[in-house]
Amino acid sequence: MIRLAGVSRTFASRDGDVTALRDLDLDIAEDQFVAVVGRSGCGKSTLLRLMAGLLAPTAGTVTIDGAAVTRPRQDVVLMHQLPALLPWRTALGNVMLPVEIRRLPRAEHQARAAELLDSVGLAGFHQRHPYELSGGMQQRVALCRALIQRPRVLLMDEPFSALDALTREELATQLQAMHMSAPATTVFVTHSIPEAVLLADRVVVLSTRPGRVLRVVDVDLPRPRSFGHNAHVARAAEHIAELHDLLIEN
Amino acid sequence: MNRWSQPILGVLGAIALWWGATRVFGIRPLFLPAPPDIVAAFRAQPGYLLREAGATLTVTVAGFVLAVVTGLFVAVSLTAWRSLERATLPVLVALNSVPKVAVAPLLVVWLGFGSRPKIVLVLLICVFPIVVATMAGLTSTPAELGELGRSLSATGWQTYLKIRLPWALPQVFTGLKVAVSLAVIGAVVAEISQPGGGLGAVIVLSGMSFDTPLAFAAIVLLALLSTMLFYLVVALERLLVPWSRAISG
Repeated sequence: MIRLAGVSRTFASRDGDVTALRDLDLDIAEDQFVAVVGRSGCGKSTLLRLMAGLLAPTAGTVTIDGAAVTRPRQDVVLMHQLPALLPWRTALGNVMLPVEIRRLPRAEHQARAAELLDSVGLAGFHQRHPYELSGGMQQRVALCRALIQRPRVLLMDEPFSALDALTREELATQLQAMHMSAPATTVFVTHSIPEAVLLADRVVVLSTRPGRVLRVVDVDLPRPRSFGHNAHVARAAEHIAELHDLLIEN
Repeated sequence: MNRWSQPILGVLGAIALWWGATRVFGIRPLFLPAPPDIVAAFRAQPGYLLREAGATLTVTVAGFVLAVVTGLFVAVSLTAWRSLERATLPVLVALNSVPKVAVAPLLVVWLGFGSRPKIVLVLLICVFPIVVATMAGLTSTPAELGELGRSLSATGWQTYLKIRLPWALPQVFTGLKVAVSLAVIGAVVAEISQPGGGLGAVIVLSGMSFDTPLAFAAIVLLALLSTMLFYLVVALERLLVPWSRAISG
């Protein structure tokens, strides 16, 4: 569904051009959950912004369903590391922002926004403002805002990295449940190898700058997976060790 | 001690100190009237003083409202078109550096007598802080909110109305608080340079007749007027941007 062919991206800087990605090829199938791991500065965020249509590749092509991505698409949503909520809007108001900007029918989406908030455990918090919510709750609101448009592609840029470890695991588990009940093609950038193994069908390991695809590791553990003890803990540990070695050697 | 007792004690203490000084050093009311002299001056002609205070208030508020509208418009235009900003900002800064007191007589030449030149002087004196503060607010949109707007394909209008302007409001209000005090000063400067009405004119006339307590009564009214307007803006800020104190706390 998403195809990157020979994609390079350079940025002009004071010390000359910096190549963030060089000659990168990647194919992502419909409804697949792909995690992207790599050292800091390997171009993971650049990769997402190319797919989101916020950046254009310097060379190569990015296509979704065969159509070149030249601008942000309505069926593709990018979620940030920071919740990026509007402080003057309530949780519900923030979830409704894309509906207002894209001028979608209001009434039906209002109901859907409320359902989404309920589904991530924010039932009593629809009318609260971001500053009245914890970091984890804010990021849940941001997740609902991303899902309100029923995106076919969900791009997530280290969405849980600013949260404490437990909240992070909780949100990852919730994301897995949502992906199982309503799948969308998901590209999930993370620094956490266990998180990648928990969530992803495939883990893409990027090399250090300039970023290329070093290895793609298939994770074929049955779902739902969990961070705790289960029948597959040994296989999960193997995947984690393999990815760990790849990143350390690199 | 509640939150009101300290400021009230401070004001009462300052008045007591002033009163004491006039008594201890035997200062004549011509140089520095004691608080009772000022109260007496006000009670001698309350209707006149309140009417003139009303005239000053009208000029101040009219000029201030005009400045808010103009300032917001200019700031939005300058941030929307960067080339416009580069071309006109130096001119605006140069114009702002002209002492407004020097312009006051010219405004009478251009606009005639009456309240129009006064309102325009108030506008000139308090528009700049509004422009600067609004521009600062509009250009401080966090990168992730800007990207949010772009990834939703928001139009320029939508980005301003739904993201950038609300985000700028706390800074706009910082500018408004500076501007509202300047607005009172502007009104008084205009009234002094073109006596005809208002508390500025009262001060000029009382000076001519060596009626210092009357001048002080006018000054006290001006201070009250200015304080009242300032806290009105503060109240409006709390009403419109309650989230500002919460996120900057």
